[in-house]
Amino acid sequence: MRSHTVSAEGGAAAVVRAEDSLDAHAYDTISGGDWLCDQDAVEAFVHEAPREMVQLEHWGCPWSRQPDGHIATRSFGGMKIERTWYASDKTGFHMLHALFQTTLRYPPIIRYDEWFVTRLLIEDGRCQGVVAIEVATGRVRAFIAKAVIICSGGGGKVFPFTTNANIKTGDGMALAYRAGVPLKDMEFVQYHPTGLPFTGILITEAARSEGGWLVNKDGYRYLQDYDLGTPEPKPVKRSMELGPRDRLSQAFVKESQAGRTVSTPHGEVVHLDVRHLGEEEINKKIPFVRELCLKYQKLDPVTEMIPVRPVVHYMMGGIHTDLDGATPLAGLYAAGEVACVNINGANRLGSNSLTELLVFGARAGRAAAHFAGGQHEPGSTLMAQALDEARRLQRDFLDASGGTERVAPLRVELQEAMEAGAGIYRNEEGLSEAAEKVKRLRERFKDVVLDDRSRTFNTELISVLELSNLLDVAEAILEPARTRTESRGAHQRTDFPERDDDKFLAHSMTYHTEAGTPRVEFTPVTITRWPPAERVYGR
Amino acid sequence: MPEAVTLEVFRYRPEDDAEPTYESFEVPFHPEWMILDALNYIKDDLDGSLSYRWACRMGVCGSCGMMVNGRPVLTCATYMEGLLPGPIRVEPLPGFPVIRDLVGDITDFMDKLVAVKPWIIRDEENPLEEGEYLQTPEELADYKQYSMCINCMLCYAACPIYRIEPDFIGPAAIALAQRYNMDSRDEGEQERMDVLSQHDGIWACTLVGECSEVCPKDVDPAGAIQRYKVSATTDFFKSMLMPWSKGAG
Repeated sequence: MRSHTVSAEGGAAAVVRAEDSLDAHAYDTISGGDWLCDQDAVEAFVHEAPREMVQLEHWGCPWSRQPDGHIATRSFGGMKIERTWYASDKTGFHMLHALFQTTLRYPPIIRYDEWFVTRLLIEDGRCQGVVAIEVATGRVRAFIAKAVIICSGGGGKVFPFTTNANIKTGDGMALAYRAGVPLKDMEFVQYHPTGLPFTGILITEAARSEGGWLVNKDGYRYLQDYDLGTPEPKPVKRSMELGPRDRLSQAFVKESQAGRTVSTPHGEVVHLDVRHLGEEEINKKIPFVRELCLKYQKLDPVTEMIPVRPVVHYMMGGIHTDLDGATPLAGLYAAGEVACVNINGANRLGSNSLTELLVFGARAGRAAAHFAGGQHEPGSTLMAQALDEARRLQRDFLDASGGTERVAPLRVELQEAMEAGAGIYRNEEGLSEAAEKVKRLRERFKDVVLDDRSRTFNTELISVLELSNLLDVAEAILEPARTRTESRGAHQRTDFPERDDDKFLAHSMTYHTEAGTPRVEFTPVTITRWPPAERVYGR
Repeated sequence: MPEAVTLEVFRYRPEDDAEPTYESFEVPFHPEWMILDALNYIKDDLDGSLSYRWACRMGVCGSCGMMVNGRPVLTCATYMEGLLPGPIRVEPLPGFPVIRDLVGDITDFMDKLVAVKPWIIRDEENPLEEGEYLQTPEELADYKQYSMCINCMLCYAACPIYRIEPDFIGPAAIALAQRYNMDSRDEGEQERMDVLSQHDGIWACTLVGECSEVCPKDVDPAGAIQRYKVSATTDFFKSMLMPWSKGAG
């Protein structure tokens, strides 16, 4: 019930309106993803989305409704027809709680709350469980399993300024990566265009789909200068403020370079203006936006403009899986942001990620159950592996002495290096500098020392393990970002500004190597019915 | 504005401490800092061994509830600025056994959530092919408020009954029961009523209303308890006066 899904605001996409079509949802997704989506995966996704959404409705999710009682929908960025289901602007919160509460009905579902997984158990090329620490007691335990599904979300904390919760440290990605499973398309990191300065709290895209405007320091709707359409008083789909997130975040950077943003103690900002919607509409459609502004920015969007700037929000990449959530490691599955099927391509469309959880969570669950049914005795070395892991944790962290490095400064330096080298615009020089920095931080990490040697609720121990995961994730972002010498979606190289379909209509696969530098391979994108074309918005 | 503020933080390390103590930390003052930012400053820069829970930092995950100057609050949504000049006292939520420092054991709360059967109960499930259950905006509005609970447990910390009567099922769990009872898709009210009347449920509550006062999401658990009492009383009198109606109903 604390999962970061709780923070998702705007909604979840699924075709439900008569004038909409599965093909339209697929096209919006694929063009939004700059043709890096696997189209067979997208077709399965849009086809199964409505059913999974109705399932959640049957489980009690309080979706917002039309006057006749049917599901209400709103439009989101990059979307031709409104197909975003929403529960006011706390959609993730309501989806999570509806699902969580429904699980309570089934006693065979046993939760291990506040256990932190530190290693996968693998024998005979098959994942057979995990090793985890119980945070409350420090007890290290092996969980033997016939199948394992990782659903640990993304790793926004690898950057300093993020909408992501403190727990989003890429743990699942790092677990799989260290076990030899490739991470796919990790160079694609989504900046959401509208985060509150200082806190990085997200102001949902719904604020724009309900009619909010983005204006620069002169009160000018600057997106019209970035090939995103012409300003209209009412929102126009796939245009202006309802363009895709990557393009909006990139436009911000250009606007800032041109000196037309507003300087604040917490960086450059533009303004999101929803005042013209009026108090009633704001309270009805985006009440959480108002609540967040009042509580965290000390301003009322009914009467004041909201300062916003792009903020790291989502990782398109993740653990490589097939359409059933299966990874190349037998017995290991992944779903959600931690996984990469890939339906999100080079830039995820807003409101596809919540639906992705439902569709591919269900698929991974079914596939893992089927796999588990065919498995027998667990391997004989698993307990020994778990004991090794327990000893490692004790030796490296709880008993270690003489170290000089503290967790927080290493984390801050890592985050700053990532922002400097792997932000909205990148180039070889910046990326290689960041990679060098990460290497040096890895060395320094060996010298890390904890203030806290207790076994009882030792959150510093957890944060050092998270830091080691962040280091892995950072490395796995930087190397494919250097290798992909083109610009596509959220990956923009100033030294290679064009999309290059001849060379890079392909997924990057990043493998961990003992030698240090990761190995990157490319594998072709699956194209079914939508050949690569120009991404057109606002015209 | 001061340059620094003192936080007096509740410390308890069961392996070392016979009993809890308060430790003072001086933290820089920033007008945009919440209490949680100050705790993070302590953990990152002064003492990595301070233990507390937090995640979203936007008032929706429900994990960072603590007592600040004696009031249960979300530390991520409570400015230091409003508590100047200090010292500001930070303690774990009362009513929950302290595991360590500012971390309480919430097992009892989790058990209580399960006890009220917080899921849609129906005699018959429609097949998914038939689409969604219809629910008008007005029907949604009936229960929406009670669906906003983030399980932060501030209401338990504020509840005078829960402190002396740990079996009391408590504000959030009752509000959650009410959330499902009032949902037009649900038919489980009687089952939940049976649970609540067996437990030291709603009758223990004296409607002090502290729970609704401290709720950061305006869920109004006191209102839920009051509504529940009314319907349970009606039920009770029905069973006294017309016991035969049960079999017929």
